[in-house]
Amino acid sequence: MATAFAPTKLTATLPLHGSQENRLVLPIRLAPHSSFLGSTRSLTAHSSRRLNHAHATRRSPPVVGVQEVVKEKKSINSLLITKEEGLVLYEDMILGRSFEDMCAQMYYRGKMFGFVHLYNGQEAVSTGFIKLLTKSDSVVSTYRDHVHALSKGVSARAVMSELFGKVTGCCRGQGGSMHMFSKEHNMLGGFAFIGEGIPVATGAAFSSKYRRDVLKQDCEDVTVAFFGDGTCNNGQFYECLNMAALWKLPIIFVVENNLWAIGMSHLRATSDPEIWKKGPAFGMPGVHVDGMDVLKVREVAKEAVARARRGEGPTLVECETYRFRGHSLADPDELRDAAEKAKYAARDPIAALKKYLIENNLAKEAELKSIEKKIDELVEEAVEFADASPQPGRSQLLENVFADPKGFGIGPDGRYRCEDPKFTEGTAQV
Amino acid sequence: MSAILQGAGAGAAAALTPFNSIDSNKFVAPSRSSLSVRSKSYIVAGSDDGTNKSFGSSSLIARRSQPLMIPNAVTATKADTAASSTSLKSGHELLLYEALQEGLEEEMDRDPHVCVMGEDVGHYGGSYKVTKGLADKFGDLRVLDTPICENAFTGMGIGAAMTGLRPIIEGMNMGFLLLAFNQISNNCGMLHYTSGGQFTIPVVIRGPGGVGRQLGAEHSQRLESYFQSIPGIQMVACSTPYNAKGLMKAAIRSENPVILFEHVLLYNLKESIPDEEYICNLEEAEMVRPGEHITILTYSRMRYHVMQAAKTLVNKGYDPEVIDIRSLKPFDLHTIGNSVKKTHRVLIVEECMRTGGIGASLTAAINENFHDYLDAPVMCLSSQDVPTPYAGTLEEWTVVQPAQIVTAVEQLCQ
Repeated sequence: MATAFAPTKLTATLPLHGSQENRLVLPIRLAPHSSFLGSTRSLTAHSSRRLNHAHATRRSPPVVGVQEVVKEKKSINSLLITKEEGLVLYEDMILGRSFEDMCAQMYYRGKMFGFVHLYNGQEAVSTGFIKLLTKSDSVVSTYRDHVHALSKGVSARAVMSELFGKVTGCCRGQGGSMHMFSKEHNMLGGFAFIGEGIPVATGAAFSSKYRRDVLKQDCEDVTVAFFGDGTCNNGQFYECLNMAALWKLPIIFVVENNLWAIGMSHLRATSDPEIWKKGPAFGMPGVHVDGMDVLKVREVAKEAVARARRGEGPTLVECETYRFRGHSLADPDELRDAAEKAKYAARDPIAALKKYLIENNLAKEAELKSIEKKIDELVEEAVEFADASPQPGRSQLLENVFADPKGFGIGPDGRYRCEDPKFTEGTAQV
Repeated sequence: MSAILQGAGAGAAAALTPFNSIDSNKFVAPSRSSLSVRSKSYIVAGSDDGTNKSFGSSSLIARRSQPLMIPNAVTATKADTAASSTSLKSGHELLLYEALQEGLEEEMDRDPHVCVMGEDVGHYGGSYKVTKGLADKFGDLRVLDTPICENAFTGMGIGAAMTGLRPIIEGMNMGFLLLAFNQISNNCGMLHYTSGGQFTIPVVIRGPGGVGRQLGAEHSQRLESYFQSIPGIQMVACSTPYNAKGLMKAAIRSENPVILFEHVLLYNLKESIPDEEYICNLEEAEMVRPGEHITILTYSRMRYHVMQAAKTLVNKGYDPEVIDIRSLKPFDLHTIGNSVKKTHRVLIVEECMRTGGIGASLTAAINENFHDYLDAPVMCLSSQDVPTPYAGTLEEWTVVQPAQIVTAVEQLCQ
């Protein structure tokens, strides 16, 4: 039931802002000297030459990148954010960073176990997108989901407790690091296998459209799906790009391209590493943005979210970002080039925002310090809370296997197994 | 295909009328009996002296669910429609796929959150016509024609279910759902648990499976054996128009994810079903033919092979009790257990492959729970462990045939 859309329209001008002077052309192309494709030295030299050559033959007239818009705005003396917004963004990123640092500490102290994937360095993407969403909008993430949950509003206490495996965790200790869910905040997970969350996000977006078009409710909810560069070689990604564009679902696909899938460099795994280009192939705009700059991410996010709310369909946003730590706490992170790490460390999104706020007189150093202190206390309190919380008891073992526990069936005695109060301990045979 | 179907169907349908057309399953729980509640007097047939353990008649009355045994005289004759028609005010005849459609349509009328998604379910009306006409009535969004991407659209259904809709996801052939295994196992089965109970996934995943008429190996798969270990899902298999409609409705109303297995060869079975609304209990087995000598447990298409064998067996003087287990996960160990305690011999007839099938699990469950009541080892007749061959003769030898069932019963009842 694909409504007719003119493919040409999608690749034509898509104004990021209403005004003429800020008109952008999407898909946004990269400046040829961009170091985006950088990886290990040898790969960079070899492959970027080839790709730049390909660009030269295919490139259309130079277009304005997001960087230019930001510079433009600054030059005409209008800032991208207000003071209040700036402080909200800053606090959210500091929360993400502090929380993840505390996770590392707690992990090495034996308070949490298993696979823990930290988000250090990528905070601009989470904050840039999620702080624009309402409570009823949905977020779907991957196993690197702590900060997405925090940005969406799940309390640090609930996330830390979940990591400690306590009953007070957001999933009662049953999910763990890779399964952060919150019905209240519409955090739809938390998925351990890459790619498997994208269809779920597509379903949430479908729900939104269904409510609007079938149930005739006032529903403008959008869904944001976060996933990485490795996922972009997975079938589910493409299947969902197709369906989302086909039915104009209110979804934003956000690629957190941190160039590495554990130890696999994006360039070694992908025939065409420019992921944003895959959007137009399916009939949706593809945008590339500097994911280390929260303001740039936010500008792109604003337009993508507005598009979705207007019913114009999905957008694919590729955020060039970097994780400062290894893939997980078990990853020794020996493969990545020290120079590459240093280069991105110099582009720390928190430092960048701090600089912006101070330089533009939006905040004073002292204010920002007090935010940092507040967050430190919050995270410490979260640890104390998690420490003090009880571990799940035996009776919790089978409680949430079925929404309707009749699903455990009828026992030999004729009664439903769930009628036995001790059943959830797992004593009954299934 | 339909000729053979009618052959099996007609005979079986007639044999089934006294039991299916009665309003035994008319009421949703609390009644858990799968038999008629119409007869006021009942006889507990054939309780063996000396082996009557916990099932004295007093306990039967005391418990809410009362297994009612219809005396043998009634079961041997198929034409006891007089008694059944007194309770059945009116009925209408239809084919199994129409019964599925009726159940689906009624639920879609009842709750606007119920929607269908799958390949060719909309404009084409469904490859087996289960959704015929529904897209015209409910629109293209409620009966959604998906592209060919099982994993993604199953996941989409799961995401929609998490956010308040009640999708029915159709696999054009159950075998195609192998492509959706990631979503069915990881998300469908697990998300309610890993989210700490926050999100429910009230999906129904349905489609035709089983060995058809020379459809080839990949279109003849029995996925119930692959899915049975997934925690958090329920599986049911329909076999008659009556239970097809009833199970469809119950599955849609259930808050749990339910996989409803239909069979390619059963869609044209004809039966008269009640006009009044009814639902079949998802967790209950169905007593097809009460008996004394041996318990035959079966489901889906094999039910008809069993009933065909039953005719031969009755002529030879045997009295088999046939139970359609219907609920593949979880097993209704109450109905099954009562039967085992009565007959002490069990034969399982299924279409799954020998290795790791539903029969294998059922054998284990019976041995575990009712070992003391068995006079002979549990015998399980399954399909051969082979990719279903195309050639007609080979295909016939792949699945269990009535003659083998007769032989097995004779062997067990020696």
